Amino acid sequence: MANYSTNEFRSGLKVMLDGEPCSILDNEFVKPGKGQAFNRVKLRNLNTGRVWERTFKSGESLEGADVMDRTMEYLYTDGEFWYFMEPDTFEQYQADAKAVGDAHLWLKEQERCEVTLYNDSPLSVAPPNFVELEITETDPGLKGDTAQGGSKPATLSTGAVVKVPLFLSEGEVIRVDTRTGEYQGRASKS
Amino acid sequence: MNWRPSAAIEELRARAGLLARIRAFFASRDVLEVETPLLCSRGVTDPAIEPLCVDRGNSLGAPRFLQTSPEYAMKRLLAAGSGPIYQLARAFRDGEAGSRHNPEFSLLEWYRPGLDHHQLMTEVAELVTHCLGPQSVEYHTYRDLFRAELGLDPLTATVNQLQDRARESLDVGSLSGDRDMWLDLLMSHLVEPALADRGLCFVYDYPASQAALARVEEKEGQFVAQRFELYVRGMEIANGYCELTDASEQRRRFVADNRRRSDCGQAQRPLDEWLLSALESGMPACSGVALGVDRLLMLATGKTDIRQVLAFDWARC
Repeated sequence: MANYSTNEFRSGLKVMLDGEPCSILDNEFVKPGKGQAFNRVKLRNLNTGRVWERTFKSGESLEGADVMDRTMEYLYTDGEFWYFMEPDTFEQYQADAKAVGDAHLWLKEQERCEVTLYNDSPLSVAPPNFVELEITETDPGLKGDTAQGGSKPATLSTGAVVKVPLFLSEGEVIRVDTRTGEYQGRASKS
Repeated sequence: MNWRPSAAIEELRARAGLLARIRAFFASRDVLEVETPLLCSRGVTDPAIEPLCVDRGNSLGAPRFLQTSPEYAMKRLLAAGSGPIYQLARAFRDGEAGSRHNPEFSLLEWYRPGLDHHQLMTEVAELVTHCLGPQSVEYHTYRDLFRAELGLDPLTATVNQLQDRARESLDVGSLSGDRDMWLDLLMSHLVEPALADRGLCFVYDYPASQAALARVEEKEGQFVAQRFELYVRGMEIANGYCELTDASEQRRRFVADNRRRSDCGQAQRPLDEWLLSALESGMPACSGVALGVDRLLMLATGKTDIRQVLAFDWARC
């Protein structure tokens, strides 16, 4: 992999730091008028998700990380692994629970999602920002209660539990923002 | 391709207003406005500053440097008997880009024969309040500020103590360097942010190793530089000296700079013999200061990124 100097650090650049693949979030140039220049760099450790702030002397460099974001189709899970497929090549990848993390709550078969590969194996999985999922379990709907506020928990087909308005009932399909886990509305009928 | 300016037209108007205020300030005090060349055959020796170089053109016998500040030329004017002078100049520094840096920037530099650096600090405060309106003003020695903010004495602490203090608050990995590097790190990462909620804050009596072109004196058994920096709301905007006038001491510092440059694998800089000759012929005792005009404009307009006050930032020109 190529090396990158502090002046090439941009948000999104993937580099190796202390043996860990990281994504650069922010790079601040700090320099007293007379004196040493530094770069104060914010990075996300792609293995652990932890955000680091590390200071470098300007001009130092880091090795690039063999990390790629790919759009893949989610196929299924066997309970231990989650399987994804590259739509163009039909190449399949298996991701473990650590790589999938909380994304498993939003993975729907045949849905496209972003899989980050590190040395050609899945490092993390990001679901689409919005998914449409069926309610499999919730208290009976209260007909006619569309105007009022108030909410109740509903379990979705993936196992995710979200707060939904009182009038919704089992079997209905709803749209959820996966970044916040918030109910957005009934899915558009297709 | 985005052809539009990086600053809003409103900020360009504010810039014009600021420049007019600065000129009015100096006109009322009989300080002469001067212009000196941007493209010079002698570059700065300071290891922390890298000039941009122009190396092609029929007029060039040898490569020339875009000035990193007009200091050397203005000192030659002082030695020639100019009296008090100021300049609004473009300066260039290679590799400096960020939210507070642009490789090309505007610098206000002025020199006051007969004033020491304390008197010049007073005038700097007057200029800044003339431009920004009334502000609180504080004065701290470098030593007292470090003691208050970090609980250590920057003049007597060992390199290991400085490093330990930095590592206590910051992740610096395998960073290594000399005493001044650790002092710069502590100053820029821990002390500066602590000044963010203050108005004008002058810091003076820098460690002698950071004197640059300032005189050095002995105070309380320690050598300190007659140098100051001004921070406004935590942003460094000016750097001033009680100027070195001794030609042989100036030559020693140039040579020492070049030695440090070669230790770090940086190119040597030919010495500015014009400046050295001017000092030999006699430059009046004076103080001088350089102030970042773009940063002053950021403060005046409440902008947090230098690109928001430049017509076209580095990426757009």
